[in-house]
Amino acid sequence: MADPVVAVIGAGQAGFQVASSLRQEGFAGRVVLIGDEPGLPYQRPPLSKSYLAGESGLDELWLRPEAFYEKQEIELITGEAVTAIDRPGHGVRLASGRTLECDQIVLATGARSRMLPVPGAELEGVLPLRTLADADVLRDRLAQVRAIVVVGAGFIGLEFAAVAIAAGAAIHIIEVTHHPMGRVVSAPTSGFFTEAHRSWGAAISLGTGVSRILGDGRRATAVETSDGRMLPADLVLICIGVVPNAELARDAGLATDNGIVVDELLSTGAPEISAIGDCANFPTRFGSTGPTGHADTLSGHSRVRLESVQNGVDQAREVAARIAGKRAGPYDKVPWFWSDQRDLKLQIAGLTAGHDLTALRGHPDSGSFSVFCFAGDRLIGVESVNRPADHIIARRMLVGDPHLSPMQAADESYDLKAHIGRRR
Amino acid sequence: MPNITYIHPDGSREVLDVPVGTSVMRAAILNSVDGIVAECGGEMMCATCHVYVEEAQMPLTPPQSDDEKAMLEFTASERKPNSRLSCQLAVTPEMDGLVVYLPESQV
Repeated sequence: MADPVVAVIGAGQAGFQVASSLRQEGFAGRVVLIGDEPGLPYQRPPLSKSYLAGESGLDELWLRPEAFYEKQEIELITGEAVTAIDRPGHGVRLASGRTLECDQIVLATGARSRMLPVPGAELEGVLPLRTLADADVLRDRLAQVRAIVVVGAGFIGLEFAAVAIAAGAAIHIIEVTHHPMGRVVSAPTSGFFTEAHRSWGAAISLGTGVSRILGDGRRATAVETSDGRMLPADLVLICIGVVPNAELARDAGLATDNGIVVDELLSTGAPEISAIGDCANFPTRFGSTGPTGHADTLSGHSRVRLESVQNGVDQAREVAARIAGKRAGPYDKVPWFWSDQRDLKLQIAGLTAGHDLTALRGHPDSGSFSVFCFAGDRLIGVESVNRPADHIIARRMLVGDPHLSPMQAADESYDLKAHIGRRR
Repeated sequence: MPNITYIHPDGSREVLDVPVGTSVMRAAILNSVDGIVAECGGEMMCATCHVYVEEAQMPLTPPQSDDEKAMLEFTASERKPNSRLSCQLAVTPEMDGLVVYLPESQV
């Protein structure tokens, strides 16, 4: 029998990790890693941070050098999209028309920037930030632009704004909700970052949308807001979230719903196809089944799709171990995230959306605090600003049932590390 | 260029010439040294670039930040007094000849 073949579709952090972990787990068949972007697989987080600021270069962006793929016998196909999954034919079809027969497919297709559906969005100078190519364009432009409007105050929009304002541009951030980063952080953390960006000199308009983008016929010159204001702009950054790349799965007859639907083993309805990372919608015991969660009728767990390094990497390891025949348990890793905005490091453990009570540890005025988020009497997540020790403790606590009360969380004299020790 | 020695748990060693300013972690990644995972890319979020610095050479290494101290609580292999995150060890001329031991596991 021929060696088994695994095709990994998508060569971002998750796809890279599957390929790499398959070898670590001793998988002896062929591993083919296929990405539609040119060049070696790279890390995305620095694109809105140190790389954008010009503080780090390409060498620091590559996940591994080219020699790694040769040494590990990972066949790397870059700059070419997979156009279809051929289930009856046990293979995938590539843009060039060639096909690859394979026994297992791992979909690590990621997500793409959501476009802003308004007149003028096609003008030059209206840009997204998702890929290395996007970051290269922005890095060049930052040296020349004077006025930037950032549409969308999520992680990427705020990280970009922090870099751009340090580069000397005037920044106006507009956000359709009243809470920057509100999809992922609590009101106290959101409010703290809003004030921080204002103190750095950014203008912020909350509860404000975009009606259209105006231009001189070619380039963007201003943004008209939903409340009728004209904000001058020679660069408009659109960062209003992403669309998961689920079309390949959908066209292959697999279930999709805000991403590719997988079970607790990260397997799709087809036993030979798994999905991981930004594109995968999976059941989780983390977070709350409150207003933002959707209870899964089978497991009683809610379903989420997470966009983070941790999620991509941990899910990749799980699927690689399963394919290599090493272990196959439900995916159950504590989610964590981070964001760097100037001198503020935000670290999140768990999923805090859907909380109904918060307890503050430390004071926002000091620039160093944590928000412990509870659903009912259960701790579901912790947001830390410049308090790395709290973050690490939270990641440990959330592995099991933390049994921490809001009073204990808010009491700085209460020893959280000892609390974990007692629970063991 | 300063040279840095990486010793694997099985005793095998790899010696790299590392430009000043490059971290012990980044040099290992660029040269495909097994045993350094570095999943967060040097942001002090993951503790998967853990190394043990040759004890006598500890004074050659920069002091630990609060972030690094916190993250060292999260290493997969035992934390020892000479544990460091190699992403925080930017190589200086004085570090020429530094020896680091790779732990049994990073995840």
